[in-house]
Amino acid sequence: MSRLKVETPDRVQLTVEKLYKDLERHIIASPPGLCPVDLQLSFLKVCQAQTCGKCVPCRVGLLQLQHLLEDVLNGKATMKTLDLIEQTAKNIEASADCAIGYEAAHMLVAGFDGFREDYEHHVKEGCCSVHAQHAIPCVALCPAQVDIPGYVALVGEKRYADAVRLIRKDNPFPTACAMICEHPCEARCRRSMVDVSINIRGLKLMAVEHAHANTVPIPEKCASTGKKVAIIGGGPSGLSAAYYLELMGHHAVVFEEKKKLGGMLRYGIPNYRFPRERLDEDLEVILSTGVEVHLNTRIGEEEGEITLESLNKEYDAVYIAIGAHNDKKIGIEGENAQGVISAVELLKRIGDDDMPDFKGKDVVVIGGGNVAMDCTRSAIRLGARKVGIAYRRRQEDMTALPEEIEGAIAEGAELYGLKSPHHIEADENGKVVALWVEPQIIGPIDAWGRARPIHAEVPLMRIPCDVIVVAIGQGIDSKAFEDAGISLKRGAIAAAMTGEVENADGIFAGGDCATGPATVIKAIAAGKVAAANIDEYLGYKHIISCDVQIPEPDLAEKLPCGKVQLAEKEVGARKNNFQPMEICMSEQEACQEAGRCLRCDKFGFSALKGGRRLRW
Amino acid sequence: MVNVKIDNIDLSVEEGTTILEAAKKLGIYIPHLCYLKGINEISACKVCVVEIQGKNKLVTACSTAVSEGMVIFTNSAKVRSVRKSNVELILSQHDCLCATCVRSGNCPLQTLAGHLGIYDLPFERHVTEQAWDNNFPLIRDSKKCIKCMRCLQICSKVQGCDIWDVQNTGAYTNISTVDNMPISNTKCTLCGQCITHCPTGALKERNDLPEIYDILADPNKVTVVQIAPAVRTAWLERKDMEPGIDTEGRLVAALKRMGFDYVLDTVFAADVTIMEEGTELLERLSDNKKMPMFTSCCPGWVSYLTMNHPEMLLNLSTTKSPQQIFGALVKTYFAKKTGVAPENICSISIMPCVSKKREAALASMKASGYQDVDYVLTTREMVRLLRAEHIDPRGLQEMPFDSPIGDGTGAGVLFGVTGGVMEAALRTAYKVVTGEEAPEDAFQKVRDTRSEGRDNAINLGGIRTADFDIAGRTLKTCVVSGLKNAERLIKQIKRGEAHYDFVEVMACPGGCVGGGGQPIHEGCEWAPQRGQRLYNLDKKRKLRRSHENPQVQKLYKDFLEKPLSEKAEKLLHTQHVWEKNYR
Ligand SMILES: Cc1cc2nc3c(=O)[nH]c(=O)nc-3n(C[C@H](O)[C@H](O)[C@H](O)COP(=O)(O)OP(=O)(O)OC[C@H]3O[C@@H](n4cnc5c(N)ncnc54)[C@H](O)[C@@H]3O)c2cc1C
Ligand code: SF4
Ligand code: SF4
Ligand code: SF4
Ligand code: SF4
Ligand code: SF4
Repeated sequence: MSRLKVETPDRVQLTVEKLYKDLERHIIASPPGLCPVDLQLSFLKVCQAQTCGKCVPCRVGLLQLQHLLEDVLNGKATMKTLDLIEQTAKNIEASADCAIGYEAAHMLVAGFDGFREDYEHHVKEGCCSVHAQHAIPCVALCPAQVDIPGYVALVGEKRYADAVRLIRKDNPFPTACAMICEHPCEARCRRSMVDVSINIRGLKLMAVEHAHANTVPIPEKCASTGKKVAIIGGGPSGLSAAYYLELMGHHAVVFEEKKKLGGMLRYGIPNYRFPRERLDEDLEVILSTGVEVHLNTRIGEEEGEITLESLNKEYDAVYIAIGAHNDKKIGIEGENAQGVISAVELLKRIGDDDMPDFKGKDVVVIGGGNVAMDCTRSAIRLGARKVGIAYRRRQEDMTALPEEIEGAIAEGAELYGLKSPHHIEADENGKVVALWVEPQIIGPIDAWGRARPIHAEVPLMRIPCDVIVVAIGQGIDSKAFEDAGISLKRGAIAAAMTGEVENADGIFAGGDCATGPATVIKAIAAGKVAAANIDEYLGYKHIISCDVQIPEPDLAEKLPCGKVQLAEKEVGARKNNFQPMEICMSEQEACQEAGRCLRCDKFGFSALKGGRRLRW
Repeated sequence: MVNVKIDNIDLSVEEGTTILEAAKKLGIYIPHLCYLKGINEISACKVCVVEIQGKNKLVTACSTAVSEGMVIFTNSAKVRSVRKSNVELILSQHDCLCATCVRSGNCPLQTLAGHLGIYDLPFERHVTEQAWDNNFPLIRDSKKCIKCMRCLQICSKVQGCDIWDVQNTGAYTNISTVDNMPISNTKCTLCGQCITHCPTGALKERNDLPEIYDILADPNKVTVVQIAPAVRTAWLERKDMEPGIDTEGRLVAALKRMGFDYVLDTVFAADVTIMEEGTELLERLSDNKKMPMFTSCCPGWVSYLTMNHPEMLLNLSTTKSPQQIFGALVKTYFAKKTGVAPENICSISIMPCVSKKREAALASMKASGYQDVDYVLTTREMVRLLRAEHIDPRGLQEMPFDSPIGDGTGAGVLFGVTGGVMEAALRTAYKVVTGEEAPEDAFQKVRDTRSEGRDNAINLGGIRTADFDIAGRTLKTCVVSGLKNAERLIKQIKRGEAHYDFVEVMACPGGCVGGGGQPIHEGCEWAPQRGQRLYNLDKKRKLRRSHENPQVQKLYKDFLEKPLSEKAEKLLHTQHVWEKNYR
């Protein structure tokens, strides 16, 4: 007789494991706007299937909760039912033996805290307070609402110029977004339910690689209205507004303090991710609408600057899009030592081709966001001997995109995780010689699920270095505007979702200066929104549309298929220069990838509600 | 052209044709429920599924275009199984009490279930119960709703009213009014288009027949019934009836047989409307105030304007609708002439319209000192009454309308079709302005003469404009049907892009012949052919101008003196305001 055996999962267990994976993907692609009570009930049912059945609160309690939630959904509940649900859940939480029971109950309690109003709406109004809005998942999550299934299908048919025209209906920076957009649109792509999201940005790159933006002419402009709009800031937000305003027939005049246009696209994002000549393609198209540009012209209250007041007088409307260009101070001892440089400063110099010499130097970058990664990888390209990243949390807690972190590490960066900067050591000449850090251990998890670092009971650690780059975020240089009477909210220009600035008639604002540092596509969206609302404000209702015919969906079966990822140049070939490093997909890959799109513009809820917005 | 094979038959059709339409060309019917051409193409019911050779998943015939070389099977084993299953699922949430359903015998769902041979259900039945205000003239029975979304779409896309909305998500998804408001608080115009385009008995008019039976049985009541123009074109749309039976004379006879004492004609009131409204128009033209003047004979339209554009109320003609003019005259002039005490009269109208049920009950509609019109029945309710009485129209002798307010001219007959009020008004206005008669057919430009594209509600209505030179002045006219079109026109007028003198609006696409109270024919619009019948009736009338109607002339001589006299103002005009109350 054998006493023990090696456990291997049987067919049933293997199948269930696969279904877990399927469900995970389903949840990833869960659209916003679903009834939270109904979802809560579904989660509860999963938990209930997990109970072993031993303890009363878990075995009976969860089932009774399920019945009570069904009553809520069926309009049979009263306010008393809600109290009963809450009390029962708390009782289960307090008495169940193991996590299966108390965590299940906890989810219910948390739901009650989070959306009690919806429970009450069900009881009082007999229906859910949330409205289904899941027309096209990717479009819904794109801040500028670009017609994604439309251009994906066009790329699939190799109609690249048409794809660029369609993108431009909502976004005049197709090249920028093809190269560096953080693609929030992919997050809940419905294709995840089958396998994994569509490589939306990659397909956009395919379009602009085969139809460079400056080879695709702009649509016809509306007749001139004679109105003039001043735009402060020549970044993506200001220029997007300028582009659409010009198309609508208004005259847009951009004031930019720097030598060149582009904002953070030029003075932030490094060339190896977004080559300047490709930026110039987008800019060329935008300027071809007739936008007037004044470079080296700062709006402010100082000498030699143009005041907001005078713009306000001279122009029919003003759009403020000054971005976030102030460096944030870290506030530790030795910060003013020679060799300490802010991320903004470093990237601005690179943007103006004034390359700092890091040859043979040891560099430490402080921070864990995308800007920190850009600084790290730029420092490597500037010839640094060694580049380290000091961050007070762990790698997985970094806000930078995982591929950026991995890219930096692949290029040789050293990651100092769980190291909180303590002070900077300088030599007798005031030059940096080391960064002292305080080691941390990972600690309790906060309400949003983020683990907090806590002090480790070990001595401080010394990281020798010649240069320290502080990349812990940017602030908004809004002082001059505050002085001119514009209201601020936590340092940002107080603009409504419509772009209107509180108590300032005819003044609009958007982009990083209104939201704090965010993303290019959000800045573009803000520019688009501002253009539409400035048009309304001026008393017009111009329509922006695009007459590109979008292909009908094919009837090919949607069999599971891998996602085509963009390749990068090999590390050795890319880490010594600022040349672009991403490699576009092949035509074969693009057709396959486009064919994976489920065309949510034609199938599903959008057939009834919304679907495609042909104009705005 | 694209070559395809459907059920082994070769066919070549234009690119972009759907499988459903392609099959139709071969005489192959693919069943469907939610599909409503141009309006609801959401492929939700999945009844029209077909199999395409080489494809695993079935596709919906209503929303899939044919492509070159496609081989389609409309009735394979897989198709049959899926189709049946989907209908079974629909029925599992449907209150299948056909015996007590208004749509029984004219119900796509019932027919489909029968054709698919569904005699018992493998699923347990769960029906949704939502509360409803059963006093409102529009009734929604949630238990019969199959969530096809047609009502939502027609109300939004054709009528621009957006009364319905999708409520909840997931399996709890439902149709309700926007924000779940009580229907009487919404801006529903009661055009009834959602009723006539619902594939089930979920939407219907309030049933007023029980009251009618009581009144017919009451020996003290004198029942006076009026029949709207559009009703006579649609009261006998039955497959078992040979053509030509459904004459006006037999309709009168049928109503007499049911026991109504006086059977009169709304067309007479339409002629009076022309006298009043036409005179009003000429007055407004002379001082050029409150222009353009809008017609006011459609309560669906009047309620739309009062609810959505109260600032334009003065543009509405103050003349009441023919139904209410008739009502006011029945309990005054008619009562006097016949010697029947007005308090004993029960005034009933038969209308192609649901909105008129609300109009009759408005507090402002008591010009005679009594409620001018006591009950309004839709054409469909009248048809039900006919069935209940087991009357076979073939056996009836034709009878004339009763007098003294029973005769109407060809002009009044036209009131039931889009452009008809305009045409009738022009015939009389010409005479009043020039002193001469224009040929009856001089104003046909206002008619909708399209021979194609009027097969669905979204194209049926429209905006048509025409200019007429009358005594050296150009009269700019515009005719609209469908409320979304009306909204478009209002926008143009407000923006100063359109200038008209006289605008006729009917809420229902194609006019009252396509009214929300008319018999329902799944998947086709009968308004064009019914409208043609009205044109034919006009053509055959001896008198075709309202001012030539001798009974109308007598009415003015004996009772009203002249159009817009003090008495006429009191009885036949109203200041339109929005009243929320209804019976
Ligand atoms: C290093 C770095 C990397 C980034 N990488 C990405 C990325 O990969 N993907 C992504 O989506 N986003 C990225 N971002 C964020 C993105 O660049 C910004 O969110 C976006 O550029 C904001 O656009 P904006 O038009 O609001 O402001 P900006 O792009 O900052 O433009 C503002 C413009 O206004 C000018 N200006 C400021 N004040 C005045 C004044 N008083 N008078 C006249 N002109 C003035 C500035 O010179 C500037 O040109 C990155 C940002 C940085 C710093
Ligand atoms: S499958 Fe296509 S349309 Fe659907 S969410 Fe993904 S990219 Fe968008
Ligand atoms: S809607 Fe049709 S299937 Fe339903 S009960 Fe009425 S007649 Fe029967
Ligand atoms: S009420 Fe009628 S038209 Fe509306 S969704 Fe229900 S079944 Fe369809
Ligand atoms: S009656 Fe007309 S306005 Fe009212 S809900 Fe139906 S379609 Fe809409
Ligand atoms: S068009 Fe005729 S049927 Fe329709 S609402 Fe108006 S009056 Fe009634």
